[in-house]
Amino acid sequence: MSAVGAVFLVAVLLIVLALVYFLVSTIVALRRITAGLDRVIAGVGEIVEKSAPVNDVVTSINEQLDAGVELLEGLLVKKAGMSDAMGLVEGLYPGAAPAGLRAFPESAAVKAPRIGEVYTKGTLTLARLGREAPIAALSPSGAVLRNVEGGSLAARLLYPSVRHDAPEKLPGSPVIGTGARDQYERREDVGAPRKRMPARPS
Amino acid sequence: MLWIAAIVLLVVVVPVVVLLLNGVLQAARSIVPSVEGIAAVAAAGSRDLDAAPLLLTTQDQVQRTVGGLADYGGSLDVILDDAEHAR
Repeated sequence: MSAVGAVFLVAVLLIVLALVYFLVSTIVALRRITAGLDRVIAGVGEIVEKSAPVNDVVTSINEQLDAGVELLEGLLVKKAGMSDAMGLVEGLYPGAAPAGLRAFPESAAVKAPRIGEVYTKGTLTLARLGREAPIAALSPSGAVLRNVEGGSLAARLLYPSVRHDAPEKLPGSPVIGTGARDQYERREDVGAPRKRMPARPS
Repeated sequence: MLWIAAIVLLVVVVPVVVLLLNGVLQAARSIVPSVEGIAAVAAAGSRDLDAAPLLLTTQDQVQRTVGGLADYGGSLDVILDDAEHAR
């Protein structure tokens, strides 16, 4: 073999060795990539499977909550009126009135009365609830507060009886005469002439 | 002439081949950590969604709560006068 042939042989051998080393290493790296992608696909598949019903469930929950909000807002406006309702909202959550009620877009333009300055927080709400209110626990069988403007006595009855109302039943006035419940034996000396005392010796 | 070709093959072609193959290998190896990270994140995301079935419980609770709310609101609607009637 000539010297030139030997150099060629060495060069080709080096090229083949480089090809073998780098290609095998590349194959190993690609296999690791494939295995990793398999795990990625499995994880993504689980994510897709687990999150599939989430959209429907969350939509259902939102619909239920929207119905609840509309119910409460409608009841509040129906019972308190738009103006007082916004005043109550503003009193309980300062700054919330300008945003208005969701079911009543026109409520944003209503000027809210300052109910919160007259009543303590929540008292108006509890008073409007009547018998169901905790403050009415002492008089659960009392009259329901219906006339919120004129029924001040009914409102006072909701509070514990400290000084507002009289005792439930005072002792009755004594009955005299033949119709009296308690009849007493008549004394002999009543109405009789006064006894004369013996004269004192002087 | 053959000597020149042999030297060129040994000095130029072999380094170029090695350089190109090394570039391919480094690129392939650089992908591996990224894929490993993506796989870990996907597994963690899947574990995070293990609580998703609890949404069904939440849905049931919300339905019951809104149902109770409707019952309570109906009672209040009967007990309390409307604002127009009170005035």
